[in-house]
Amino acid sequence: MSEFETLTVDVNGFPTRIWRKGSGPMLGFLAGYGGLPRWMPFLDELAKTRTLIVPSLPGFPGGDRGHTILDTHLDWLLAVRDTLDKAGLAGADLAASSVGASLAADVAALWPHMVRKLALIAPFGLFDEKNPPTDPWAQRGDAVPGLMCADPDIWKAMKAMPEGANSIEWPIEQVRANEAAARIFWPLGNTRIEKRLRLIKAPTLLLWGEQDKIMPRNYAEIFAKGITGPTTTKIVAGAGHLAEHDRPAEVAGEIVAFLS
Amino acid sequence: MKLMWFHLMPYTELPEDFREANPSVWVDIHSSLFDPKRAHLMYNDFMDELEYAAEVGFDAVCVNEHHSNGYGLMPSPNLIASSLARRTRDTAICVMGNSLALYNPPTRVAEEFAMIDCISGGRLIAGFPVGTPMDTCYAYGTNPSQLRQRYMEAHDLVIRAWTEKETFAFNGRFNQQRYVNIWPRPVQNPHPPIWVPGGGSVETWHWCAEMNYVYCYLSYYGYKAGRATMDGFWAEMDRLGKDRNPYQAGFLQFIGVAESRQQAFDLYGEAAEYFYGRCLHVDPKWATPPGYTSEGSQRAGIESQVKQAADSAVRGKSTGERFAAVARDMDAIVDNGYVIIGSPDEVAEQLREVATQLNVGHLMLLLQFGNMSKELTRYNTKLFAEQVMPKLKDVHASWTDHWWPKPMDVSQRAEIPAYMPKLAAE
Repeated sequence: MSEFETLTVDVNGFPTRIWRKGSGPMLGFLAGYGGLPRWMPFLDELAKTRTLIVPSLPGFPGGDRGHTILDTHLDWLLAVRDTLDKAGLAGADLAASSVGASLAADVAALWPHMVRKLALIAPFGLFDEKNPPTDPWAQRGDAVPGLMCADPDIWKAMKAMPEGANSIEWPIEQVRANEAAARIFWPLGNTRIEKRLRLIKAPTLLLWGEQDKIMPRNYAEIFAKGITGPTTTKIVAGAGHLAEHDRPAEVAGEIVAFLS
Repeated sequence: MKLMWFHLMPYTELPEDFREANPSVWVDIHSSLFDPKRAHLMYNDFMDELEYAAEVGFDAVCVNEHHSNGYGLMPSPNLIASSLARRTRDTAICVMGNSLALYNPPTRVAEEFAMIDCISGGRLIAGFPVGTPMDTCYAYGTNPSQLRQRYMEAHDLVIRAWTEKETFAFNGRFNQQRYVNIWPRPVQNPHPPIWVPGGGSVETWHWCAEMNYVYCYLSYYGYKAGRATMDGFWAEMDRLGKDRNPYQAGFLQFIGVAESRQQAFDLYGEAAEYFYGRCLHVDPKWATPPGYTSEGSQRAGIESQVKQAADSAVRGKSTGERFAAVARDMDAIVDNGYVIIGSPDEVAEQLREVATQLNVGHLMLLLQFGNMSKELTRYNTKLFAEQVMPKLKDVHASWTDHWWPKPMDVSQRAEIPAYMPKLAAE
């Protein structure tokens, strides 16, 4: 497992990491809150039947400091589109989680030809005053793992510094991932994506961890109702906000089945 | 040297069990703890205290900006400063300051500071803080990832608004204004002196040194903890080949003067413990909005911890993180140097050491803190003015303060009628 290729492309002048593994039809994946500081089992699952391509987003691990020049939501969407283009993902299937899922949905709305089928895991982008998302940026440090994953140890293991990593730069990179998410979504997470959902024509799978403590589960209904293309909603048992890390085989299985 | 009287305007009636019963003094402090009728009395006491400090001869009176904060009741320090401009005559008015990124458009700061400078006849010191995470990112919702970029841009806009003679268009990343042309313009030419309060980041030292601004370390942890930060600033000044003029630095210090050290300990203990216990009780969840601390400062912080350097408790730490580690009983408060206490001679001696060792020409003194009463504040202020101040006037006398306001000549200034309350019989 886990033999993957690492490529680097230039996005807005910043070196951007692209991971690639597997064979078969192309599938892109955009990571959720915290990004992908290391390769994760969920990616192996997707790569079993697909050519999996995982580009990093600006500011997230592998995305350098690309977030620092993105000031508006349009700046972000153009950067994501550019990243997908350079990763060779134009017109391919696209799966995405959490903060990445919100951006993937926006790309599918604005540039319909960029995405064939869309799989979204608990996307950011909405804010309902009566049922608000949890504020991920106003948390005591020890609370974060349990908010992101149903099993906090999975988050901790993903974020733990690997042997041989730079002990100063590694923690800074993890803070940067949180900053990049904040740069897009601060303070409420509301990008007013609700207004753009009708532009999404791609068939869309909505996945939500049953124990998601960040994004209220009934937001799935707002996405499903707003998206013009056909939608399917699945709740993943035993999973938290980053359902793909809590239940890699189940989440990958749902995505692959939906795309086939 | 300059001795400046600083007020934070703390709410003085937080309940005794505040720490235990409430998550935070800042951001989500509960509104039920705020009694506006009591605050009426507090504000008026505080303004009396500032006016009294001016009357007894402090070089400046200082106010600052906080939001949703139980120890800082000045969301708008400019309101207090404008009143002080009328009720003081020769004292400098230090607004420490306006958090530039929070003003939309930032030309509001240029305008209001120009107003205060005009009303006061050129006595304003213009403070430009970035602002704490609690004030900026949480209470005001500013994006932590953009805060510093917005701050720098707002700074450039304010300076241009003060100095350019013609109406101009400002085409910034975050601010676009087609017609910038502020009225009024500041009395001081080209503009009031600019002071920057910083928390010890390398970037701020460098920026103050390059821009020729006063660097101020407004810490609540006294001179012992402040030493490493001020040393860092002077090291940066040395590196850039700049003068070690102590007037390019400011430092905040809590003070309690009495007849003797023991009397000071007894008199000020309650107020100090109120401040360090209740006022600095901030929920750690407000400590570190990602992006607030620059990567350079994070790096310096991690390196400092690895080396267990003297400043590892503060370097790269946010305001909230520093608060969490604070000492709260009077013995430790005094031992750590948070509050300097003693007889006038003892306080003068310690302050001389602080001013010399930290190489600071502007001492911003908190002689009211916590729930200190008006009476005790007056006593502390008077004793300091009469018996400590004269002993310190010679410190740094060989240097020139290039960063002090240059007011209009007294002969040109308005006659301000003395405040005369109507007699009840009239």
